Amino acid sequence: MTNRRQLLTLGATAAFSAFIPRLSSAAGGRDPRFVTIILRGALDGLTAVPPMGDPDYAALRGNLPVDGALPLDSTFSLHPSMSTFARQYKAGQALVIHAAASPYRERSHFDGQDVLESGMTAPGHTDSGWMNRFLRTLPVSQAATLRGLGVGGVTPLVMRGQAPVLGWAPATLKPVDADLPPRLLTLYQATDPLLASTLSEAIATGKIVGSEKGMVSAGGGPGDPKTMIAMAEGAAKLLAQPDGPRIAALAFEGWDTHAQETQRLANLLGGLDGALAAFETGLGPAWRDTAILVVTEFGRTAAVNGTGGTDHGTAAAAFMAGGAVKGGRVIADWPGLKTALLYEARDLKPTTDLRGVMKGIMTDLYAVPESALSRDVFPDSAGVRPMSGLIA
Amino acid sequence: MALNPDFETALALSRFGLGSGENGVSALTGNVRERLKAEIKAGAPQPRSDDLRDTPTLLAEAYDYQKEKAAARKAARTNDTPAAMTGEATDMSSAAMAKSGMPPEQMPEQMTAQKRGAKTTTGPNPIRDAGLAEIRARFNDTMITPDIGFNERMVMFWTNHFAVSTKKSQPVAAISGAYEREAIRPHVFGRFHDLLLAVETHPCMLLYLDNAQSVGPDSPARNNGKRGLNENLAREIMELHTLGVGSGYTQADVTSFAKVITGWSVSRSEKQGPPGTFQFNARAHEPGTQTIMGKRYAQDGLAQGQAVLADLARHPATARHIATKLARHFVADDPPPALVEQLSRTFLDSDGDLAAVSTALIEAPEAWTPRLTKIRSPLEYVTAALRATGATLRPQAITQALNAMGQPWWQPAGPNGFPDTVAAWASPEGLSTRMDFANSLAGAADKSVDPRTFAASHLGPLLSVHTAQAIARAETQAQGLSLALLSPEFMRR
Repeated sequence: MTNRRQLLTLGATAAFSAFIPRLSSAAGGRDPRFVTIILRGALDGLTAVPPMGDPDYAALRGNLPVDGALPLDSTFSLHPSMSTFARQYKAGQALVIHAAASPYRERSHFDGQDVLESGMTAPGHTDSGWMNRFLRTLPVSQAATLRGLGVGGVTPLVMRGQAPVLGWAPATLKPVDADLPPRLLTLYQATDPLLASTLSEAIATGKIVGSEKGMVSAGGGPGDPKTMIAMAEGAAKLLAQPDGPRIAALAFEGWDTHAQETQRLANLLGGLDGALAAFETGLGPAWRDTAILVVTEFGRTAAVNGTGGTDHGTAAAAFMAGGAVKGGRVIADWPGLKTALLYEARDLKPTTDLRGVMKGIMTDLYAVPESALSRDVFPDSAGVRPMSGLIA
Repeated sequence: MALNPDFETALALSRFGLGSGENGVSALTGNVRERLKAEIKAGAPQPRSDDLRDTPTLLAEAYDYQKEKAAARKAARTNDTPAAMTGEATDMSSAAMAKSGMPPEQMPEQMTAQKRGAKTTTGPNPIRDAGLAEIRARFNDTMITPDIGFNERMVMFWTNHFAVSTKKSQPVAAISGAYEREAIRPHVFGRFHDLLLAVETHPCMLLYLDNAQSVGPDSPARNNGKRGLNENLAREIMELHTLGVGSGYTQADVTSFAKVITGWSVSRSEKQGPPGTFQFNARAHEPGTQTIMGKRYAQDGLAQGQAVLADLARHPATARHIATKLARHFVADDPPPALVEQLSRTFLDSDGDLAAVSTALIEAPEAWTPRLTKIRSPLEYVTAALRATGATLRPQAITQALNAMGQPWWQPAGPNGFPDTVAAWASPEGLSTRMDFANSLAGAADKSVDPRTFAASHLGPLLSVHTAQAIARAETQAQGLSLALLSPEFMRR
């Protein structure tokens, strides 16, 4: 696998633009931008988008109430930290897909992120991500202009692969010795199982970045709302350039709320909301050609645990925002919250395959044939139909 | 003894001490058990620094400061000038900075700039300065200079056992350090009864657990029922400081005990006694006999509470509670029952002589198990890393590191202190911040330090083949030093 990454500063983009031929418009006379934001650590969809209208919600989540939630429709509300998203939703530029999940059904962060980002049906099969392979399915002429962008100290797996992508990270992200965590993990695995599992957990939840170049600690990093916004601002600035990249991936960390969920998610969802606002502002006129998809590796338990949080679960909520999104609705084949209706009697049951959402965006935004998506981008997904009508 | 003497020295430094000093394990010569006993005999040292003051002086300063601030706020309101900046923004940005993984040599500079900025809006803050002086004094002296530091470890243990929090109020924050120096240090190898009495009559504890305001319901100071009983201190003395939870006392015992210690307060004016000192306020004391755990206490005034404390100090449940906590702290989360039994019996037989109990601990075979079962607490970790590398940090950088690692200096979440189990400190967040800290120290280390020599010197015979190999294979000097500082042998004790 080659993974050519160029670290750019925003000031240097002018130089890089000179080498790229001017874009021709893609489907529908549009010059589309497609952004995926991965929320690492597993978002609690029932706090982000609480199903207030579900008769079993109040009893289940009485210990973890979402005060001041903003109503979206008769069933669903939105966490009050997401006022920008609420405004975009009202303007028909944002939607929620609830009870959604990747095909992964275990509860390991590491493997869950691997499946979500690689686009495979099981972990450990490839070192490339579906966004990168998507770039390679495009005709050469189109691929040359549809450059990919990986934001952060480490390009998220979803964007890694053979197609060259740009890399950019805010200057506040301090790169340190990223080779240290894997070495330390090897040492712990040989002598200290407890420290080994602690370090694995820290790596899996993005508190420590354990591979490639980048951050060692999430502090001031992609788990910090301020950094989320800085990452979005930088990405938007690049995507807005006439000859800039068109497809981008970002990863925000710290969503593993086993404890103090109320406070932590208020903070994190505020960061996500700020990032969506930064995209809208930074993209300017290009916002109307943009679709942003926000997904997480899996959801969390339907019930609250003993430490004011939730444990690893299955289905979660996903978000879409952007001027190209046919928004103003919550898309959900709602499975219900009665114990008998939960997945393995503990998690929100997945009723929507996220791959269908991803395929739907790509077919509508770029007019690529579904067969290519089912073969190269999401292998073994012929049974998963692209969700239609996501794009306006 | 079956253990090799060098191994025993390395183990003692790690388990009973603060970690090896700059010159490594081998700098400590002679029989390590005799050295531990010598520390017991010498007692805990007092941090030496000109800027440390006693409780009355610090309390007077704190009250003056509060008055000044209140007056300034009032003046600001009447003059319609913008309100003074609160301290909150400063705290938040310090926390963010601590998490940024900034090298330590940069942190103090940043903090100085920030402090200067804060000063222009809030003026001098004697309470904050007093706290920093206490930390500086310890990290220049008692944390760094002892050869082993068993005495200092005992100071840390008892300060956590009799926990107070600087978060409670400005006066408590101002005197937390003086409390440790005045009530804890002199007694860590003395009688438990003296330690207990010193703690429960110290203004810091009386303010922290609200007893200074507690008034007997039938006392002259009750003010027609406007003021009344506060059970906080009485309950925590029984539950946390002496008997332990579930040891047989009842709510009625707590209430009676709370009545017994009504009037145990802090003088605020000359007519009550020297301001800022313990004051027995007879007007607030509940008159009459009280019964606690079946025993009647008919004494008058202060003597009544002293009698109860004397009985609590030598109660078998107290002996067991203290023995369990000591064994858990030094040996294992689930301490060997035989060790607990031995320490408990020594406690009772010696009438709570903590020198005897400490000696029994270091003489117990169970305490010398070669396996490192405990994880160093953040404070122990930071101390050991600074001792080994010889790095010096400003007190602000130390508090930032401890905040980020989850053990803010003298700020436990409650009167039960910080947790003392492996699970509490082996967290992903904690490990991530320890990695930042180790990286900073490693990055700032003198380029002449060979990581292999460093590890061999500071871990001695504890160094495992795996760790030595990982360090030898490191790509850079800084990576090798980081691996040494993050190795299981350095993380554990």
